[in-house]
Amino acid sequence: MDHVIPSIGDYGIIGDCQSAALISCDGALDWLCWPRFDSPAIFAGILDLERGGNWEISPTGDYQSTRRYLPNTNVLETRFQTAGAIVTLTDFMPLADQEYFRQHLAPDHSIVRLLRCETGNANIKIRFAPRPNFGMSAVKIIDRAKLGLRISTGHGMLSLHTAIRFEVTDGAAHAIISIKSGDDIPLVLTYSEASPEVMPLLGDAVNALTRTIKWWQNWSAANRYTGPYREAIARSVLTLKLLEFPMSGAFVAAPTMSLPERLEGTKNWDYRYCWLRDASLTIEALCGTGFLPEAEAFAEWLLHATQQTQPKLMVMYDVYGNLAKRERKLPHLTGFRGSSPVNLGNAARNQSQLDTYGEVISAAAKLLRHKGIAADRKTSKVLVGFGQFVCDHWAEADAGIWESRGEPTVHTHSRLLCWVALNALIDLHDRQLIRNVPVELFKRTRAEIRRCIEKDSWDDTISTYVSEPGTRKLDATLLRFAIDGFHDADSTRMRQTTSRVCQTLGAGGPLLYRNLPDDGKPAEGAFGICGFWRVHVIAMGGGSLAEAEAAFEELVKTGNDLGLFGEETDPESRAILGNFPQAFTHVGLITAAIAIENRRHGNGDAE
Amino acid sequence: MTLLNWLFWGVLATLAQTLFEAAMVGLRLTRMSLPFMLGTMWTSNRSRATIIGFANHIVNGLLFTLIYVAAFHFWREHGWWLGGLLGLAQAAFVLLVVMKILPEIHPRMASEHSGPMAMRQLEPPGFLALNYGPRTPISILISHIIFGMVIGAFCL
Repeated sequence: MDHVIPSIGDYGIIGDCQSAALISCDGALDWLCWPRFDSPAIFAGILDLERGGNWEISPTGDYQSTRRYLPNTNVLETRFQTAGAIVTLTDFMPLADQEYFRQHLAPDHSIVRLLRCETGNANIKIRFAPRPNFGMSAVKIIDRAKLGLRISTGHGMLSLHTAIRFEVTDGAAHAIISIKSGDDIPLVLTYSEASPEVMPLLGDAVNALTRTIKWWQNWSAANRYTGPYREAIARSVLTLKLLEFPMSGAFVAAPTMSLPERLEGTKNWDYRYCWLRDASLTIEALCGTGFLPEAEAFAEWLLHATQQTQPKLMVMYDVYGNLAKRERKLPHLTGFRGSSPVNLGNAARNQSQLDTYGEVISAAAKLLRHKGIAADRKTSKVLVGFGQFVCDHWAEADAGIWESRGEPTVHTHSRLLCWVALNALIDLHDRQLIRNVPVELFKRTRAEIRRCIEKDSWDDTISTYVSEPGTRKLDATLLRFAIDGFHDADSTRMRQTTSRVCQTLGAGGPLLYRNLPDDGKPAEGAFGICGFWRVHVIAMGGGSLAEAEAAFEELVKTGNDLGLFGEETDPESRAILGNFPQAFTHVGLITAAIAIENRRHGNGDAE
Repeated sequence: MTLLNWLFWGVLATLAQTLFEAAMVGLRLTRMSLPFMLGTMWTSNRSRATIIGFANHIVNGLLFTLIYVAAFHFWREHGWWLGGLLGLAQAAFVLLVVMKILPEIHPRMASEHSGPMAMRQLEPPGFLALNYGPRTPISILISHIIFGMVIGAFCL
């Protein structure tokens, strides 16, 4: 069977918390950026199979494949069943504890693909076609025998190590091998940029697998969620961990770029950056599942990596706190199933989004309250600086959470998050967790924002809040009124708003569109996290526990067979759309599950 | 040459050489990191290797300073140009001889013939250290010329 680009949900992800690769259910590695999430792609077949390059391993002839993650790990196992054999392909990026690295040299970056024949015998077809720099660099594969197949990427050296002999033609290496019961054949791809390569030992591949499994299982053991959705939560926290960059504490929104929000549409954005809009719920998800070190590192990143622009906050940063790359198109790539243009970098990087202040302050406040420790002088100063910025700018128009590329306008959600920012700072002041707070100014401004929201953003004629004052536009962000503590979920206004939002933006079952264009026709899929916001609000008192559970269970089914979620879902086909997997959606899943658990145990809102 | 003179200019020349080499690595023009290569002779701990290798590099620089100064005394001539020529000669020796025998003397370096083995996983440099990138020989030549020029001009 020849490889064709499958649907987005047919991919699984592996990673080492610095970069990630997408592997299809037929064993094709179609996406990899090295050495970092936002580095140029070495394999971008998902965006253009011919020019983007990929690495295929699958049986020749007909087969059926199934796959799974090894329990509590990000090690992906694909199982091929042919007429005469069962072959497994185990894919992972090696990880090990610090003690191992103190005693052993290991490659800077590597992917291990371990081929194992469980029963019978089969022929396996391998095609290795790297296309460094999104396919814009010339490819020359040099067979250096014991030193492997080597490809200079311009920035570093890519080496494929295996005992398999390849035929190299037209910038690709091909092989068909016979494999019989009991055979273990490792293929190890490494990348080195700043030093001579540390070459892998092929005989150590099985040990590397054992070390990696142990590393992930040790990490997963900290998960303290004990509710009925443990499997979905476990996969979500593992996916979040994959999207973390531990050297700085940042989380990227997704490891991919330009996967379309609508097939053959133009909403194809680069998500390999860190969005501040995800901050508050991300901290809540991490604290709520027991991953406090990750929450602390993320809060640290939020407060200190953004120093270059403080007190102004940008919409997104790279993992080290630099501005995201300027947006440009890659016209030589056709895009995912013809969805062009392919955009590299993100033009939203220069937008003004007032909600980011509420997200960052609320994130820091949640962590401080969770730990019960007062902020140090520097952190206090940064947080108060953000608060003062909010007091000066809350009434302004902005691009809003959805990064509208038109003229700035006033967004109810942005004002809500400005209120959240000041509310959180006042609360921290009352708990004596921060100092030097101009509390009277903050209280006065908070009251003024509330007055404005309740007066300007409430539409009496349709009995709901609206997303832009003076219009009748609705938006799923209005559900955040309850989640962010502006209204109780069972208050009259909140019940009316929730009902109106779900009625207008409902996409079938528990799915919600984030908003609708003026013509009322959906321009993209249902937005993953919005459905989980709805569950969150129901669990907080907007409905019954049974309602929340039913909606949650229905939503969990919109993930793929591995439990991974994208940004959006096609309401009709239930196909996953947008960049994948999406941290924001997994964060929504976790926080909604925690809210259900809190409701079940009568704990009030999760925090 | 006083002891202080030797230490000061020897260390300074080695730092100038190291700075240039680090810039070449940072600019992705070569993957030849001398501190890493020297350090992995002593330890397999990657982060400690770079520090140990850097110290080793400085000590080597001081020893080579003595050889350079001895040559200047022998010729009764010195200057930046003569130092530069000596640096060029040393670089040629490093590229043509040292790189060839390095896999035999480096305890963690693999050879082209046998490939990686337990304890020997470091990529060998190959002819003219070209395995570390096509610009590596130029980087080595210039860095050694810089070292020689500083010693030739100042260290007597």
